[in-house]
Amino acid sequence: MTMRAGVVVFPGSNCDRDIAVALRGAGADVAMVWHKEAELPAGLDLVAIPGGFSFGDYLRCGAIAARAPVMRAVVDFARGGGHVLGVCNGFQVLIEAGLLPGALMRNAGLKFVCAPAPLSVGAEDSVFTAAYRRSEAVTFPVAHHDGNFVADAGTLARLEGEDRVAFRYRANPNGSMHDIAGVLSENRRVLGLMPHPERAADPALGAGDGARLFAGLVDATTSRALQGA
Amino acid sequence: MKARVHVTLKRGVLDPQGEAVRHALGSLGFAGVGEVRMGKVIELDLDAADAEAARAQADAMCRALLANTVIENYEVEIA
Repeated sequence: MTMRAGVVVFPGSNCDRDIAVALRGAGADVAMVWHKEAELPAGLDLVAIPGGFSFGDYLRCGAIAARAPVMRAVVDFARGGGHVLGVCNGFQVLIEAGLLPGALMRNAGLKFVCAPAPLSVGAEDSVFTAAYRRSEAVTFPVAHHDGNFVADAGTLARLEGEDRVAFRYRANPNGSMHDIAGVLSENRRVLGLMPHPERAADPALGAGDGARLFAGLVDATTSRALQGA
Repeated sequence: MKARVHVTLKRGVLDPQGEAVRHALGSLGFAGVGEVRMGKVIELDLDAADAEAARAQADAMCRALLANTVIENYEVEIA
């Protein structure tokens, strides 16, 4: 059984094809979904919201994309238990859409950061971290200006208490609270992260750490589908 | 009717841009600047019958899009 993934494309998305290549490389069947679509293709196992500068980052990063017609369908998909992955601008969009908590503010150093980011894998028990061991060191590139994760003390305590910090920076590049690089939703089926696993998914680009995220994801969602879970 | 929306960061939310501006002011010789907070002003030209209707529209717009109430406060001023 093949995993079916949809990649949402906004004006200004620029990692949409990269994430499609990474998903296809892991064996998924990928459909691109334009932001004006009010419905998602039938039978999707995953929706991916790619990186980029949707709508020019106007107002707040991800704010306008989060109100695009397709996002109502994505929110319904997620509320119905669908898997959603948001990378970089996609993480900002998922927060603005209310699918993940907190906010992503301007980097504490005020500079755009573009570098390989050493990470530590946090949360287990999610299809996104299925291929990793807890506390495993991996490296994905970061490239963002607004990745400084901020949340109130209660939200941070919940994220930690419920083991929802999926990835943590080993060298914090942006001032994120608790070194948070990626968080899971309450049902663990929505992941948003600032680093780009799809940019570490081809040996020609020097790293394979990100490829395992997609391989594990495809493997876990298709085997769960087979079990009817 | 014209509405002016002021969006500001909530107290307690770190404002790195405001901090950078504060440093720049200090290096220009402006002493005694305690804190600088950055925000946004959004001017709306609304098709509303009266000030009350304009305020209600602008308020709904703030909640739906213009402000992120996790980190921002907003105030609506009707001109």
